[in-house]
Amino acid sequence: MFKKDISPGSKSKVKSSVQRAIRNQLVTTYPLLAPHIDEIIPKKEQLDAMKIPDRVTLYLIGPTPLFYQHMTDALLPHLRLVHRFPTCFPSIRIDRGAIRFVLSGATLMAPGLTSTGGRLPNGDAEEKGAYGEHGRKDGEEKGKEGWYGGRELEKGEPVVVCAEGKEEACAVGILSMGTKEVKEKGKGPVVEEGHYLGDGLWRLVTE
Amino acid sequence: MADTEVEHALPSEPQSRHVVYCGACSLPPEYCEFGGIVKKCQDWLQKNHPEMYDRLWSEDALAAATSTLSLDAQKRAEKDAHKKALKAEALEQKHLQQIAESKVTIKRVERNKRKFVTTVTGLEAFGLENKKVAKDLGKKFATGASVTKVPSGGEEIVVQGDVSEEIEEFLLEKYKVIPEDNIELVEDKKKKGAGAGG
Ligand SMILES: [Zn+2]
Repeated sequence: MFKKDISPGSKSKVKSSVQRAIRNQLVTTYPLLAPHIDEIIPKKEQLDAMKIPDRVTLYLIGPTPLFYQHMTDALLPHLRLVHRFPTCFPSIRIDRGAIRFVLSGATLMAPGLTSTGGRLPNGDAEEKGAYGEHGRKDGEEKGKEGWYGGRELEKGEPVVVCAEGKEEACAVGILSMGTKEVKEKGKGPVVEEGHYLGDGLWRLVTE
Repeated sequence: MADTEVEHALPSEPQSRHVVYCGACSLPPEYCEFGGIVKKCQDWLQKNHPEMYDRLWSEDALAAATSTLSLDAQKRAEKDAHKKALKAEALEQKHLQQIAESKVTIKRVERNKRKFVTTVTGLEAFGLENKKVAKDLGKKFATGASVTKVPSGGEEIVVQGDVSEEIEEFLLEKYKVIPEDNIELVEDKKKKGAGAGG
């Protein structure tokens, strides 16, 4: 989506009613973000919007990019925000071999997730937890390490892409195939047109 | 707005993590291997975060990083890295060439009879910010120096007075990125109505 360089557009202030609506939408889309929403978008701070090409709006506070949105699609976190709150977004993990493809803007394909280095939700909808760290069911004492979700993610849901052997996430996008289907089929595109490390959105100057 | 913020007695600490980004390629340093300018990244990291450099670029770390890839994949990755490095180099060449071909124009303009201003254009190509340079010039010559938009698009710095040569000297001394041959001094010929006398 952001393969080309983006030149910064002008910022406009977001009306307080819209700012409230965005906060609500974020908490609905990313429930794990709820405890941090006041830190991410403090009530008294002014949220700004910057129009960038292809009908995408980037939301920021000061120079700090937070979320972007294509038309009225889901709000997706900028990777710098993911790095600040890594355990709060539904995440999957690609194997090491797939990293360089994703970072050159290629579509993420299923084999990069189903191989030994890849991770997908385990399918146990009862499990909750911190993505990439640990998950557990109610009543369980100890969480599972290296957890990438219990509940399967549906087609159309936002997802963060982590990478084998790396601490920080490398991409964000919308699933074009549900994670259950990814496991069953083992082939085909999984995330198309995402935002990845080093792309135009990453390099956009927001000062 | 942020500087008028009042301290709140919030019980919880901010939860936001602070992540270090590479000063050369802008990615988290663990991803520098994909940034195409690895050598520069390594130099930056070694200088600024030596402990992280040791962790990421030690023999052990490198061995672990490639052990999960097949020999074939390793070869392809190597080729890919090489291609990226070439591309980065070409980009830098282009940048240098751009600098070589660009010009800063210092122009003397007659505003009223015997009243002059001096304009400076073309600094952007050398990575200089008009606003900043204007401020420096204002200080240097203790005179008004402002940045204005020009009809053809772009900006120019306008300095009060006839100070072309002084500006040239100052630019050469202060901003070493501009080669002397790339500065030209011109005079704006009098427009109609001006200079009827002589
Ligand atoms: Zn780097």
